[in-house]
Amino acid sequence: MHSTSSTIVLVLAVFGASAVEMVEALTIVVAAGVSRGWRSALEGAAAAAVVLGVLVVVVGVPLVRYIPLDALRVVVGALLLVLGLSWLRKAILRSSGHKDLHDEDKIYAETVAELSETGAESGTPGQGRVHPGRDGVAFVVAFKGVFLEGTEVVLIVISLGAAQHRLGLAALAAAAALVVVAAVGLLVSRQLSEVPENTIKTAVGIMLTSFGLFWVGEGAGVNWPGSDLAIPVLIGFFIVVTLAYTAFMRTKLPAPSPEGSAAA
Amino acid sequence: MTAFLVRGVKTFGKFWWDFLVGDTPELALATGVIVALAFLIDGERLVGAILLPLLAAAFLLVSTLRGRRRSPGR
Repeated sequence: MHSTSSTIVLVLAVFGASAVEMVEALTIVVAAGVSRGWRSALEGAAAAAVVLGVLVVVVGVPLVRYIPLDALRVVVGALLLVLGLSWLRKAILRSSGHKDLHDEDKIYAETVAELSETGAESGTPGQGRVHPGRDGVAFVVAFKGVFLEGTEVVLIVISLGAAQHRLGLAALAAAAALVVVAAVGLLVSRQLSEVPENTIKTAVGIMLTSFGLFWVGEGAGVNWPGSDLAIPVLIGFFIVVTLAYTAFMRTKLPAPSPEGSAAA
Repeated sequence: MTAFLVRGVKTFGKFWWDFLVGDTPELALATGVIVALAFLIDGERLVGAILLPLLAAAFLLVSTLRGRRRSPGR
């Protein structure tokens, strides 16, 4: 029987992780669509989404069916832990000013410029000169963007889904995020730079770390007090840790140089 | 054919290395230590519940400090 708390965390973590990665992928797809043509960009994005879906089925289903649950939980717990800690580290460094925030506008402008240059080299110059037919560059760029950003999502879906034997639910949460981000992106027809990406990344990092630690412990035989109820407690602990570390790291920012150039 | 296979294995290995270790080997080490410790304290109810989160938090602090912006010339 699955507890409600772990199911909610599973859905939230997968949805949040997918949403963050899909916002990043959307930026690349929109840049490819605007500068090279929408048809091939959308085909590339759709092809990558299909390949990612196949990966979930091909890798995830045998994991759930044939690997003993405890061994599976240790492995996926470790994977989630390393992913979660790395997301949290990045989010803390960004929130405290030690690392630049992910800038979708900048990435969009760079991708459009790059694709326009590619067009100019091949005799089809510039932004706005879209190709009415199929365009290989737009297809490949959109495919790569969605596939690379989606790989992490696939790992999270497989890990969280397999550890709880709820692969279908995890895949559904990821698909829902994909649909929501794609729909909003198409509706506004541009990259989603206003999405509070670092906040979502922080929340997902906290959930992945908590889940990872919980599954590692479960798989290794640690008896968590309160069983599944330990997950919300771990989440609370890592929220406090993240807030404290962010405040602490702000005090570690280097002083601005005398010339007045801001360090942050 | 062999060269193709070797290249494939290398690419696969490099992908996982970059993905799991990358420029934060301390976090991969943290995960290894936590997994090992979880097995060592097998069944110890409170010790595990307290020690594992504290250890994860300690490694996170070390890693975050490693990634901080430093003053020029330091």
